[in-house]
Amino acid sequence: MKTIILRTASNYLLPVLLLFSIFILLRGHYLPGGGFVGGLIAAIAFVLHSFANGLKNTKSLLRFHPGFLMPTGLALSFFSGLSPMIFAGDPFMTGLWYHGHVPVLGSIGSAMFFDMGVYLVVVGVTLTIIFTISEAP
Amino acid sequence: MISAILLGFLFALLLVFAGKFFKGKFAVLSSLIPLGLFLYFLQFIPEIMEGKVVKESYNWVPSFGVNLGFTLDGLSLLFCLMITGIGFLVFAYTSAYLHHHKYLDRFYGYLSVFMAAMLGLVLSDNVISLFTFWELTSISSFFLIGFNNTQEASRKSALTALGITGLGGMFLLAGVVVLGNITGTFSIAEMLNMSPELIKGNEYYTLAVIMLFGAAFTKSAQFPFHFWLPGAMKAPTPVSTYLHSATMVKAGIYLVMRFTPILGGEEIWNTTLIVVGAVTMLYSAVHSLFRTDLKGVLAYSTISALGILMFLIGMGTTESFTAAAVFIIVHALYKATLFLTTGIIDHQTGTRDVTVLSGLRKVLMPVGIAAIIAAISSAGIPPTVGFLGKELTYEATMHAPIIATVLLVGIVITKMLLLWAGFVAGIKPFQGNLPDSLKDTKMPGPLMWVPPVILAVLSLVFGIMPFIIEGSLIKPVVATLGGESGEIHLALWHGFNTVFILSLVTITIGTILYFVLKPSAKLETAVGKLEFASPKSLMEKFNTGFTYVSSFWTRVFQNGYLRNYVFIIIFFLIGMVGYSMLGNTEFNIDTSELSNVSFYELVVFIIMCIAILFTVFTGSRLSAVVAMGVVGLTICLVFVFYSAPDLAMTQFSIDTLTVILFVLVLYRLPRYLKIQDHKMRIRDGILSLLFGGMIAALALKVLSEPVNTEIGDFYAKNSYIMAHGKNVVNVILVDFRGADTMIEISVLTIAAIGVFGLLKLRLKRTDRVQ
Repeated sequence: MKTIILRTASNYLLPVLLLFSIFILLRGHYLPGGGFVGGLIAAIAFVLHSFANGLKNTKSLLRFHPGFLMPTGLALSFFSGLSPMIFAGDPFMTGLWYHGHVPVLGSIGSAMFFDMGVYLVVVGVTLTIIFTISEAP
Repeated sequence: MISAILLGFLFALLLVFAGKFFKGKFAVLSSLIPLGLFLYFLQFIPEIMEGKVVKESYNWVPSFGVNLGFTLDGLSLLFCLMITGIGFLVFAYTSAYLHHHKYLDRFYGYLSVFMAAMLGLVLSDNVISLFTFWELTSISSFFLIGFNNTQEASRKSALTALGITGLGGMFLLAGVVVLGNITGTFSIAEMLNMSPELIKGNEYYTLAVIMLFGAAFTKSAQFPFHFWLPGAMKAPTPVSTYLHSATMVKAGIYLVMRFTPILGGEEIWNTTLIVVGAVTMLYSAVHSLFRTDLKGVLAYSTISALGILMFLIGMGTTESFTAAAVFIIVHALYKATLFLTTGIIDHQTGTRDVTVLSGLRKVLMPVGIAAIIAAISSAGIPPTVGFLGKELTYEATMHAPIIATVLLVGIVITKMLLLWAGFVAGIKPFQGNLPDSLKDTKMPGPLMWVPPVILAVLSLVFGIMPFIIEGSLIKPVVATLGGESGEIHLALWHGFNTVFILSLVTITIGTILYFVLKPSAKLETAVGKLEFASPKSLMEKFNTGFTYVSSFWTRVFQNGYLRNYVFIIIFFLIGMVGYSMLGNTEFNIDTSELSNVSFYELVVFIIMCIAILFTVFTGSRLSAVVAMGVVGLTICLVFVFYSAPDLAMTQFSIDTLTVILFVLVLYRLPRYLKIQDHKMRIRDGILSLLFGGMIAALALKVLSEPVNTEIGDFYAKNSYIMAHGKNVVNVILVDFRGADTMIEISVLTIAAIGVFGLLKLRLKRTDRVQ
């Protein structure tokens, strides 16, 4: 599917889709969206790019293996769960909130970082599976 | 106290990084750890003597009310001193025994993990942590038995031991859970404070007792679970000394003793212990007559000694508790000595065959002295502590609650045979003429011969001056078990009475037996013919049968064809769910409340139907996948119509990715699609229709059930108040049930790693062995 139209379009679509996926991730707390869907959209963006430009180009664009996103995401989620134990002495996974208004994001809490972790894991898992299968001899 | 337990684990961790240091010249330094712990526990003696109990408690899982409690009382102290004291000698001995061994650091690692786990086991107040440490001792024992992992026999023995003690671990877990349900607590101290009638009157009392016995009998190698222990002698001798004679196998004894004041006194408790203990002690004492391997003799006499202990605890009198407490010390001292001297003989001469060994006193004098003292103590000849132990045992058995005479005969015969075993292991190798083949045997370094000498001297010292252990160890133990500790007076000379006459008879007949019956290979092979009926071979036959059945099962149901798996799973699902739905399912579809079908919904429905038909009948695999994608997208639209945007979004992305994945995989499959014949297609078609019909019926059934909205209401109400989120779905995912999500993303990660590993693994041709 290496058509010029798709290749050109995918180069522009990649950042737009990634931005959209982050938008979906962040709005998840108030409106439909969230880390899981956001992660899937981000993964689709990369898959689209790889279809148009070849896997090699996408991989060099990524610079590191998407598999590394999995432990990173897991760690982020886990530590966001731990944070109330460390900072407030509450049990594991208690919501911890910064009560003030932050521009763009609204309010910040440990749940948001948890969702970001989910996002990273989903991107990592999806891309790892798809890249591995398409590379298989 | 918790730091004392953790020290062993930390040392094992340190060995991972600093293994080189402890492998060479400085190996002996590692014995400082058990020595330090030994001194630490010694300082508690005055406190324990006054009848105090030292307690420590930490919050573990406060939301479940589970505390990590540690208790040091008389019973724990006795075990702690044995674990660390003998541990110190064994650690030091090992540095010479496995001098410059390639994996000495690993060995020390396993050994100190074991020591720490064993300390944790005897100090735990919480039964769950007791179970955890119990399992840890089984696991470290597995690694130590299989230490010579290049020998198949070692590996097999290690697995057998793990299998049996692991089974016991399951029993223990079940037992403590039942006990926790009966008493409502996991703390032993709290169980002790409850009225015993409440526990013993409970309908699950018998179940709890059976489970705990299952654990204790497997760990302490009671008949018919005893056979793992002789196998465990494949381990290096220091391990046999430490785990399989002095400490770990006594964990079962400890468990029974620990629960005696809580569960003991009932008939099922006492009778079972007496019967199992008596059978074990006689059975394995007889078996020890037929061994020629020194360690084999010692293994069977150890099992017999464990049987005696179970038997003594089962009698449940102050006298028998005293005898058990003394005998634990007696046995630990003489058996550890004999194992260590056996290790020296093995190390210096290269053989443990007792028919070959003789006259070694000429070359290994100090070792011989230690071994002979130990043999005398095991025979119960004064002035060793063994005499004391035997007198107390006879005294207690004479006053047994049931069939005292029969039991007395049994214990006297056992003691005679044990005398034989002790003499064979401790005196026979040093007696007589030194054969030429053993002439150039060299004396080992002091690190090896001093530990058995120390233990042997202790056997003598405690025998001559029993007051040393009377107040400090024996009385607190008996008090812990619920006996009258005030009545105890240990003394070497009890006067000329029935017990003394029995002692004389035992020693005389035992010694005659020693001179008449020589261990021989002929006897060993003769008894080997009966092996087919032993619990070990029965167990092996059972296991072989089990493997056969499971491989048959696997061949039939898991033959590697994906279509087969799908078929079987769906077939069984239809069978099970369909069966339970048959006859008791009512549908009341209320058409009046349904909304009107809009034009868009109708169109989507028609598209869906067309796509499904196309999927089924198309000849091209790729178009089938695309059609499935269309079905997925129409379902997304349905979600949108019925206001579930979250679901629609997720379904949409998932569908996109599924199609991509399908294409990627199908791309690699052979071109043709019709790999099934006509019959199979019909079979699959019927199955699919049945399954689809069943799911539809199930969905309708769910709709007609009354709905409980309580949970939904809770989430909807508290989503913003408690979790500051307006999107309830997402709040449930990341907050209310965040722990679930945490596990789910872990599972996803594992799946991805699995795919990566399976597809990227490219074994070299030589490694591809089935």
